[in-house]
Amino acid sequence: MAVDNLVEVTKLRKEFGGLVATDDVDFTIPRGSIVALIGPNGAGKTTFFNQLTGVYKPTSGSIVFDGVEVRDLPPHAITELGIGRTFQNIRLFSQMTAIENVLVGMHCRLSSGIIGSILKTGKVRREEAEARDRARELLTYSGLPRRHGERAGNLPYGDQRRLEVARALGTNPKLLLLDEPTAGMNPQETADFTAFVRRVRDEKGLTVLLIEHDMKIVMGVSERITVLEYGAKIAEGTPGEIQADERVIEAYLGKGAAA
Amino acid sequence: MSGIAERAKELRGNRNAWLVPAMIALGIVYPFVEEGLRNLPVIGDFMPTTGTLVVMIAFTMMAVGLNIVVGYCGLLDLGYVAFYAVGAYTAGWFASQHFEQVTFHFGSSVDNDQVGIHVTMWVVLIFAGLLTMLAGIVIGLPTLRLRGDYLAIVTLGFGEIIPQVVRNGDSFGGFNLTNGTFGIAPIDPVGFPILSSIGFFPDNFQTSDNRERWYYLIAFLLLLFTIFCSVRLRDSRLGRAWIAIREDETAAAAMGVPLMRTKTWAYALGAFFGGVAGAYYASFKSGAFPADFYFNISVFLLCMVILGGMGSIWGVTIGGLILAYLNFSGLSTIGSKIQDAGLDFDPTKYQFGIYGIIIVLMMLFRPAGLIPERRHKIELEEGVHDTPFYDVQTEGALTDRDRGND
Repeated sequence: MAVDNLVEVTKLRKEFGGLVATDDVDFTIPRGSIVALIGPNGAGKTTFFNQLTGVYKPTSGSIVFDGVEVRDLPPHAITELGIGRTFQNIRLFSQMTAIENVLVGMHCRLSSGIIGSILKTGKVRREEAEARDRARELLTYSGLPRRHGERAGNLPYGDQRRLEVARALGTNPKLLLLDEPTAGMNPQETADFTAFVRRVRDEKGLTVLLIEHDMKIVMGVSERITVLEYGAKIAEGTPGEIQADERVIEAYLGKGAAA
Repeated sequence: MSGIAERAKELRGNRNAWLVPAMIALGIVYPFVEEGLRNLPVIGDFMPTTGTLVVMIAFTMMAVGLNIVVGYCGLLDLGYVAFYAVGAYTAGWFASQHFEQVTFHFGSSVDNDQVGIHVTMWVVLIFAGLLTMLAGIVIGLPTLRLRGDYLAIVTLGFGEIIPQVVRNGDSFGGFNLTNGTFGIAPIDPVGFPILSSIGFFPDNFQTSDNRERWYYLIAFLLLLFTIFCSVRLRDSRLGRAWIAIREDETAAAAMGVPLMRTKTWAYALGAFFGGVAGAYYASFKSGAFPADFYFNISVFLLCMVILGGMGSIWGVTIGGLILAYLNFSGLSTIGSKIQDAGLDFDPTKYQFGIYGIIIVLMMLFRPAGLIPERRHKIELEEGVHDTPFYDVQTEGALTDRDRGND
């Protein structure tokens, strides 16, 4: 059966000096799926993310997103093609309000020019008003029904995580990358968030790739899992297969644990 | 719910809404009451003349332009004087007898038999803005990849290069572009050559009875225009992108803000107003000379932005007016008062020392400026994620690991 892949990564390699952070990784994400990337600390997961989003330039290999080679594109161009992301250590524009954060996310989907903005033409007014409405919708959708005018930095931690997702959704992505989205959340928040990720996929028709340490989430929400260790892919498969994989157990628990 | 809250905030903000029309009214009335004010006891001597106000406004315009670069986008530019120079020389090229090889007149206020290119100043102001914008883009493209301090050094370099080019530009392969150290003078006046036929409007500001008043009035309108554009830009899609870059470049790029293009626009638009102000001021003093474009002007303009409050339009306007006032009239007035009191101390000799002290005091007691921009104030207190994107891009896995980033 031919699978429709949104992302096809082949032989991706990234070296920092002598250190191989991503070691010839092959990786595919089927359209509409929720895929998890796991691995011990330092396995190169975030580095992999940063290459997908254009922050790091890969040393070699190729990344095809939705039929386009994005390896050499700058981050904003990749975002424009449809990859939205969150950051592991929250990177909101903390001095801007929640709604402004989402509006920045919508930057590449808006078209107001300079002259138009100075003259505040009807077109610009309309676009801004529509953008604000949509930003409010996204905030509410992401679980922030109130405090849209609050400074992002003043929001409680869980809300900041939600705002990061809302901001990423503002870019109108096809693929949503979540870098440890539940880090620091309590079990209830984590459960809500997991349900939310599934809802986003189902309702918005997105594809989701997440990095996660919490195995409960990984096993519960994702359809496929890829395991990295020392930059190399050591296993790939359904949650059931991964749980039974000896190399994965070894990577996490040490040699002999599998026996 | 939130709609109501926002509306309430708007209404509260409106309590200060009378300030703007009041300041505009004061600005328009000032030249007509100037004489009366100057005759007041004690404070009368400190009132600036209308001519001084023209200079103050020209420099304030440049400060408001610089604020787009430094205040909104967070790019430290130490060479803004270059844009002033480009503006002033554009006026020299298109509205003076400098190019004596040709005679071309277009709506100008000067006599039709004068040699050289004489385009009406109204068009020259637009030319100056556009050419300066182009200069901003040319300087910006190679330099804007640099981060904070390095960018400052390179812009400092450009700020030094342009006056040197101007100084030595009297023979570009035999072509006299800038007339070297002598500068270009006289530069044509502003005027209303067409409107003057119905009376009242002077054909030529320089020779009109109300030279200062007319120059002042137009300068004032130009300043209002600059402020207006500055406000609109800040609240636009582009303005949001600038502030996002100032706060966190990497996140901004990941959210689809094109870094180079957005920064270059900040540079170009900031330059635009510097060019217009430069051209207008050149017309007012009827000349452009290389000695006008030293590094200290860049620092002077930056001081205005810092004093007023980076990113805050009204703060920068007030800061600009205060510093320009001190520079062009206040300090010498204070000096003569001190001399009258029998002390041998001339503050004009120490002007940069005095500005230095002002900046140090500001940094100690009011780091966000006289009228702080709401956001910037918090940034200064809490700090931002300001690792530049190109650093993030090249940083090794090591630092990633150190932060437990993986």
